[in-house]
Amino acid sequence: MLCEIVDRHGGQATSLLQILIDVQMRFRHVPPRIMTALAGMLHLPRTQVEAVVEFYRFLSVTSVGRFDVRFSDSVTDHLLGSRDLAARLCQRLGVKLGETRVDDAVSIHLTSCTGLSDQGPAALVNGHVLTRLDGDRIVQMADFIDQGMDLDTWPKNWFKVEDQVQLAGLLLEGELPLGASLERALTLHPADIFSEIDRSGLRGRGGAGFKTAAKWRFCYEGEEGAVPGDPTIARYVVCNADEGEPGTFKDRVLLSRNAQDVFEGMTVCAKAIGAQHGFIYLRGEYRYLLDSLLRGLKVRRLRGLLGRNILGVEGFDFDIEIHLGAGAYICGEESALIESLEGKPGHPRNRPPYPVTHGYLGQPTVVNNVETFAAAARIMAYGADWFLSVGTPESSGTKILSVSGDCERPGIYEVPFGSPVSDLLRRCGADDPMGVQVGGPSGTFIGPDEFERILGFEDLPTGGSMMVFSQARDVVAIARSFTHFFAHESCGFCTPCRVGTSLLGQLIDKIAEGHGTPHDLIEMTQLAAIVKNTSHCGLGQTAAHPLMQTLERFPERYQERLKTLFFEPGFDLDGALEVSRQMTGREDAHAHLTQSG
Amino acid sequence: MDQKTLTIDGVELSFDPRQTIMEAAAAAGVYIPHLCHHPDFKPHGSCKLCTVKVNGRFASACTLPAAEGQEVLNKTLELNQLRTRITQMLFVEGNHFCPGCEISGHCKLQATAYGLGMLDSHFPHFYPARRVDASHPDIMLDLDRCILCELCVRASRDMDGKSVFGIAGRGMESHLVVAAESGALVDTLIEVSDRAAHVCPVGAILIKHTAYEKPIGQRRYDHHPIQAALLQEDQGD
Repeated sequence: MLCEIVDRHGGQATSLLQILIDVQMRFRHVPPRIMTALAGMLHLPRTQVEAVVEFYRFLSVTSVGRFDVRFSDSVTDHLLGSRDLAARLCQRLGVKLGETRVDDAVSIHLTSCTGLSDQGPAALVNGHVLTRLDGDRIVQMADFIDQGMDLDTWPKNWFKVEDQVQLAGLLLEGELPLGASLERALTLHPADIFSEIDRSGLRGRGGAGFKTAAKWRFCYEGEEGAVPGDPTIARYVVCNADEGEPGTFKDRVLLSRNAQDVFEGMTVCAKAIGAQHGFIYLRGEYRYLLDSLLRGLKVRRLRGLLGRNILGVEGFDFDIEIHLGAGAYICGEESALIESLEGKPGHPRNRPPYPVTHGYLGQPTVVNNVETFAAAARIMAYGADWFLSVGTPESSGTKILSVSGDCERPGIYEVPFGSPVSDLLRRCGADDPMGVQVGGPSGTFIGPDEFERILGFEDLPTGGSMMVFSQARDVVAIARSFTHFFAHESCGFCTPCRVGTSLLGQLIDKIAEGHGTPHDLIEMTQLAAIVKNTSHCGLGQTAAHPLMQTLERFPERYQERLKTLFFEPGFDLDGALEVSRQMTGREDAHAHLTQSG
Repeated sequence: MDQKTLTIDGVELSFDPRQTIMEAAAAAGVYIPHLCHHPDFKPHGSCKLCTVKVNGRFASACTLPAAEGQEVLNKTLELNQLRTRITQMLFVEGNHFCPGCEISGHCKLQATAYGLGMLDSHFPHFYPARRVDASHPDIMLDLDRCILCELCVRASRDMDGKSVFGIAGRGMESHLVVAAESGALVDTLIEVSDRAAHVCPVGAILIKHTAYEKPIGQRRYDHHPIQAALLQEDQGD
């Protein structure tokens, strides 16, 4: 059985993660003996196999239930009561959160944002998506699970995922004819492809905004002294579909309805840089899109748009493979993503060198966001001027936004770059918002006096997440949730992020629970600066943003929680005695300590 | 050919184009605090103790290539305060009981803390439950003290060719694992003569039957502060 799984993935060490995902599905965990066997079969150190199993949240050393339920734990799910629903399901089924019931029937976990914030509360059950959960469904679900009812027999509408495109623009309107941009690209020299993309002003849609044409060109040209486009050098095209930023789901929608545009953009890139191999790194949460994506790739092969001698051009060979993630936000970072593609834990690499010269297997690699490839495809077909007709000089074109939270019409909004946030708030029906988290937790939290700020690289860059919060929401609770998200997702490689994000989590817990003092705010600010300045990658560098940005904008919401005394110990004296009380069976007054300032 | 130069704290020094800032500094006798770095192994960049400011921006000296004209700040109050906090993080995330630890006086973490003038742990302790593995006849593992520098991982993989060690898990759950289905060190290929058995900067990997051999006063860092001792090592003495 194991041999069959290994063979299916080509028996390469780089397929380790893909193999382990299948092993997990088959055995509901990865048993130690299988780790040993895999290490032998793939000629890998056993420690690497174990490291991978323990790194990804969707892999486990101990068995999960026959029904493995994972509630999306994004702030927007919280607002819709997800934690309460998870607790109720646990109670009905007699299982603790994070554990597997003794009869192996069910396990229930919380998981980072599943990319369904506009139709939550959401959950995954054995990798299938459940949307719009409510109390009634939880009751029925508990019965289905207890009766061991196959997922096929559960109500179909529970699994319904809607695109909810509320506003379409350059990328979402109309349909790009299959192969149209590729045919144009075939008439052009790589340099002309780069200059067309360059002229369009296209910048990376993942949020960082690096110029797409420059990235492609660097990859094509290679290091100083190299022969540009040297055909003996293997280059790779990677599509980053590890859309993990809480509140983002626009890539899910692009991959559901515009996958051909994405494939086409990747193929144009391959033509330009001279790559023969492409990957789509699809986050594990989107596994349910896999079959339709594979069908889409098959269509392209049949039409001669992928494979050998594409569109009859001798020597233009390119194909796309889909790799699945397995529950790790950090893999959205491009070098961590490449590590993951190579079958390793997703630890971001040291830079320089950068992926454009030393990426997948050390070879020149372009990593672009899903939306970037979709945009590149249409630019190639319709021309740079078409793209330049929308947006601002610094940020041309449109941005696809995922809107969720406290608004009437959550969903997908493709807006011109340069539009103010207030425009979007009006469109989505957000009355009286207290703030908007632009670009997810690693982005910017803005308050009402900033709603006229504009979306674009010159003011508010965003990967696409827009979470709206009404005046009724507790800003400290929101920042707390984001802070724990980063601590949970820290890869653990560098000290300041590994330890610092957890320390920040402790501090905000202390403040939110009413034990904080003015001293803690100073401490939090200093710690935030250390984590930001010394962390290895973007995760740590932005992990303190939610705390610092909300503290800056809403200091009174923090102040009102503080005690008047200057200092309180970082631990709960009475709480520390709990174990002793349990061991001695005591609950009398002398078994408790009071703590006062 | 013109000799390339950069400055560290205003002092000009020349470097070889293939050197990192850390290597260039060590060659010139300038100490930059570090724990995960070791001149015999590929730079790692995880402990972040070697954080310096290069042309106004924070960077890890052990991984950033030296470049012409870089203005590096190293021994500043700001950087040393930051390094002290990072060292304190390493102390509170594990269980470090220096007074009773057999590596006390030989420990790079302890000596680095002394070197930075660290007087307390500052942060609340996590008190994690960590494993002790005494299964091997010659080598003992006490993960209470592991700082996840991966020197043993690199030594075992790159020098001993055995890949006995690895880091598994994620975030605060990251931990050292050994290459055995039983999880016990005795079932791995490690031998006491391996480089990996001797590279640990703290007391996580200990050689049995050698504890407390040197009395207080004769231990590695008793008379040489970490600066002097590490520079000797980095310069290959």
